[in-house]
Amino acid sequence: MTVRITRNYRFVASHRLHLDHLSEEDNQNLFGKCNNPYGHGHNYVVSITIHGPIDERTGLAVAVADLDALVQREVIDRYDHRYLNFDVAEFASVPSTTENIAFAIRDHLQANWRTALGPNAPRLVDIKVQETKRNSVALSLIS
Amino acid sequence: MLITRRVEFSSSHICRNPLLSDEENQRLYGPAANANGHGHNYVLEVTLAGEVDPATGMIYDLKDLKDVMMEEVVDPMDHRHLNYEVPPFDKVIPTTENLAVEIWNRLDKRFEHGPARLHTVRLFETEDTCVEYQGA
Repeated sequence: MTVRITRNYRFVASHRLHLDHLSEEDNQNLFGKCNNPYGHGHNYVVSITIHGPIDERTGLAVAVADLDALVQREVIDRYDHRYLNFDVAEFASVPSTTENIAFAIRDHLQANWRTALGPNAPRLVDIKVQETKRNSVALSLIS
Repeated sequence: MLITRRVEFSSSHICRNPLLSDEENQRLYGPAANANGHGHNYVLEVTLAGEVDPATGMIYDLKDLKDVMMEEVVDPMDHRHLNYEVPPFDKVIPTTENLAVEIWNRLDKRFEHGPARLHTVRLFETEDTCVEYQGA
C-alpha cells in the first residue's frame, strides 16, 4: 500500500528581487514592488510531499521525525529570519523568486535525502512554496 | 471529472507498537506514542471520478456521498478512541497512513457498482500533515 504524505513547514524571511545587470527601470518593470530598495518580507509555507509504501511493522510511510529534522536543518535553519540576498549564499547572485527558492530547497533536500531518511527512504515527489496566501509555486519532481 | 466532498471528525488515538521498546516508539512516533493518547480534528476529503449524467448534471449526488462518508467514517469514528473503539485499530496502529487505507477500504466497497468510482482519500491529521491514498 503506497501513499502520498504532505507536510507543511514555515519560515519567515526578507528579500529583494533585483538583477544587477538590468537598469533600475527594467528592474522595476520586471519585479515591481518586490524590487523596492530596502527589501520586504514574507511568511513562507513549504509543503513537502513524499510517496512511498507503508511499512507494515510501523504503519508509517516516512519517519516524520527524521523528515522534520532534515527540513529543519536544510531549509528552516538556512532561511528563517534571514535576509535572503545577504544571508543565504545561493541567493547572493540568483534572485530569490519563489521559483528559485523551490529549486534551492529541492537541491538541499535531494543532496541529503538518503543520508537523513535511510536506504528505504520514500521518494520526494513534490515541493510547494507559498510566498503569500495568493502566490505559490509547485515543483513536481516526477514526470 | 472529479468531485470532492469534505467532512470532519474528532478522535483520539495512540501510535505505539507493543513489540518495540519505549525508546524505539518515541523515535518512530514522537509525542504520538504517549501511552495515554491524544486527539485530532481530522479532515477527510473524498474524491470520486465519473462521468456527468446528462439527465441530472451530476457525477454523483453529493448528499448521497455525504451519507456514505457519515455511515462509513464519521458515525463510527467521531468522538471515539480509535485504538479502543474502532476495529481494526485494536490490532492495527492508527497512524494517518493506516487510517487513510482503512477509510479507503470502507468507502471503496460502496462504490463498486458505480456510477462513480472512488478516486482519492485525502486525510488531514492537522493542517500541516496529510496523507493521500488512491488504492492498492
